[in-house]
Amino acid sequence: MAAYSLDELEYWNDKIEKLVWDAGLDCYEQHFEICSYEDMLCYEAYVGMPSHYPHWSFGKAYERQKTFYKYNLVGLPYEMVINSDPCIAYLMRDNTLLIHILTMAHVYGHNDFFKNNRLFKRDTWANLEMEMFKAHANRVREYIQDPSIGPDKVERILDAAHGLKFQTCRHGERKKISEEEEGTVPERLKDDLLAFLAEKGKLAEWERDLIHIVREETMYFIPQLETKIMNEGWASYWHYQILNQLELPQGLHLEFLQRHHLVIRPHQGQINPYFLGFKMFEYLDQQPGGREKIMAIRSEDRDQSFIRRYLNQELCEKLHLFSYGIQGEDIVVTEVSNEEGWKTVRDNLANAVGLGSIPIIRPVGVENGTLLLEHVCDQRELELNYAQETVKYVVDLWGGKVDLRVKIDNNPKIISCSEGKIVNVHD
Amino acid sequence: MAIFKDGNTNSSDRSAWDRKRHRQLVEESIKKNLGDIIAEESIIGQSKDKKIKIPIRGIKEYQFIYGKNAGGTGSGEGQEAKGQVIGKANGQPGQQPGQGQAGNNPGEDVYETEITIEELTSYLFDDLQLPDMERKKFAQIESERKFKRSSFQRKGIPPHLNKKRTLAEKIKRQKMAQRDKYNNEENESPERIPFHENDLRYCRIKEDTRRHSNAVVICIMDTSGSMDQTKKYLARSFYFLLYQFVRWKYEHVEVAFIAHTTTAQEVNEQEFFHRGETGGTYISSGYEKALEIIEQRYNPAIWNIYIFHCSDGDNWGEDNAKAVALVNQLCTISNLFGYGEITTSSMYGSAISKEYEKQIHLDNFIMVMMGDKTDIWPAFKKILDTESGGNS
Repeated sequence: MAAYSLDELEYWNDKIEKLVWDAGLDCYEQHFEICSYEDMLCYEAYVGMPSHYPHWSFGKAYERQKTFYKYNLVGLPYEMVINSDPCIAYLMRDNTLLIHILTMAHVYGHNDFFKNNRLFKRDTWANLEMEMFKAHANRVREYIQDPSIGPDKVERILDAAHGLKFQTCRHGERKKISEEEEGTVPERLKDDLLAFLAEKGKLAEWERDLIHIVREETMYFIPQLETKIMNEGWASYWHYQILNQLELPQGLHLEFLQRHHLVIRPHQGQINPYFLGFKMFEYLDQQPGGREKIMAIRSEDRDQSFIRRYLNQELCEKLHLFSYGIQGEDIVVTEVSNEEGWKTVRDNLANAVGLGSIPIIRPVGVENGTLLLEHVCDQRELELNYAQETVKYVVDLWGGKVDLRVKIDNNPKIISCSEGKIVNVHD
Repeated sequence: MAIFKDGNTNSSDRSAWDRKRHRQLVEESIKKNLGDIIAEESIIGQSKDKKIKIPIRGIKEYQFIYGKNAGGTGSGEGQEAKGQVIGKANGQPGQQPGQGQAGNNPGEDVYETEITIEELTSYLFDDLQLPDMERKKFAQIESERKFKRSSFQRKGIPPHLNKKRTLAEKIKRQKMAQRDKYNNEENESPERIPFHENDLRYCRIKEDTRRHSNAVVICIMDTSGSMDQTKKYLARSFYFLLYQFVRWKYEHVEVAFIAHTTTAQEVNEQEFFHRGETGGTYISSGYEKALEIIEQRYNPAIWNIYIFHCSDGDNWGEDNAKAVALVNQLCTISNLFGYGEITTSSMYGSAISKEYEKQIHLDNFIMVMMGDKTDIWPAFKKILDTESGGNS
């Protein structure tokens, strides 16, 4: 059995909560649920949602996570927090008392972030989210049980919609329906392939509904993707502040330092969001403006703007950030953080965080029933194999031929997928 | 004030349905790739436990992602210099899995599953739901006589003495004597209680005769000049499946390989698949050899005989009539005669296949056409349908 009691957790939570208030954090009511390791795996697979519609990809995520965990490739997350009001967090029963204390403090950081960050305030409705997921699950189950639809047809649409889930409006703006002419792509759907397909594809009503379900869910998760570094950095910054003020007994304090450094350690050759976010907030707290300034930042920014505005030369050098590229078979350092290079490093990073890591595919027109798509190209090109497979999903939802304009080795090409799912690449 | 809730300890397994569906998809994907898988394997002599790696396609969750030219950003140790090589593009550059990376690495899914050949065959055959086929009456020969201990008895020969049981009997008697002594003061029991003849227990031995069902697979292949490497490759995959199938049904399976051009020879597996020859084709020569082998070694009364013949059908015309006659003869003594015609160029049947079609109407004769890898599995299923349909 665990070496702590619920009373102990409540005792430490009281102290933490007091420090949270004193620091001026502004949180939703916090609920903690203590769960087993299997439940934790499950919550992880179902993106934290206790009631989520079924799809095999979640089974895959579960098995994969379990395998990784079994072979010690990754540790389980200490906690899982859901952006909802009240804010719900899961604590894993087998963890030590110190991990629980650390986790609780960390959770309050996320809680405050959810309640105050601009993206979450604008694009999510914390008090309705749990209900939304339940309603979605119920609708999907209804379709599965409907004898005229059934699991296979539902799966076909969900597979396709999942493959395209990020090809939707990225900034939460929900545009009003305006007048529009036939044959072209209406202005409001220009940046929203998924909504375009849901509206214009040859689909049954329930199929459109499935796409909307997937789209709504993506909308809910986009703020989290867009603020991964800030959100984790913010929570780590606060757990560190709070635990240092908690006057922990010596044994717990040592464990805290050890755990903390494990969480925020740099990952060689990658960006650990906990590391980068923590270091940036810690640094900014020391600058003129201090606490007040970082409070404003957590409300206003997203990862991209956060990095562009506040990752300066000093930080870049201190964190040894560098850019890399592929040359032939090798991964080669292309730029390092020094006098000349740091701005490039910063900009490369800023462009690749959050949704910046996902290519944008836009509907540009319809010609004789063929849907024309285009990859909005910066320097980066699509992974061709994946693109060829994913185009088939577009065909599934569009119900006809699809042409995708891309660049391959800097040459314009078209990936065509016929109604029968034959893909070919041509000029 | 935060609210604490101690979650259910015996929670329902919510992911069960999705995991099951996922596993189903994995299995489907394995089956879809059978053509690739079986083509890799040497058909015989693989231990059942040999693991083969199967790349599983189709359960990747495809999305639009950036390719390798996207590059990325990382944190280092401060010693990195422009132009320094820090890793290989194919391997992970010293990364740990599962960690988020800013430059979103497409990353291969870990789904390269390892399964054993035995698992593979059970995947193959479980799904077909074959009826339990009737075996040849005399096909079961006494293969092993074993003696098994079954129970205990008081009489027996010394080698069958069961010491443990005997000792237990003695202890029982000893305890009984002690109890008697308690109840009955005057009844003196002796200090030491020796073994008595009534204590002795012997094992009862039962004879256990096991019967084996035997099968022989006779693989006949046309190795004439027109059978090129690709065609042989197809034939080989086909034989692999058949062999696995026969082995799955029978405990004891022998295999004989016959290679023929205008004359036939019994060869070993290695030669069978790799020997290239030139020259014409008399299919009948292979059949004659098969008859000869059956006569010498595999009495049809006790062996289930399976004969499979792969050829591109390029037989010399004057031989056709003889071949047809021999097929008829072989069919009468075998459980199944399968003729696989490998037609890489066209799907038109050859002259010999037309002859077969016209003149052979036996239930246990089956002819399949294979053009490429994807035809193997359907061809194989067709053969099994015949096998089960003809006997049940």
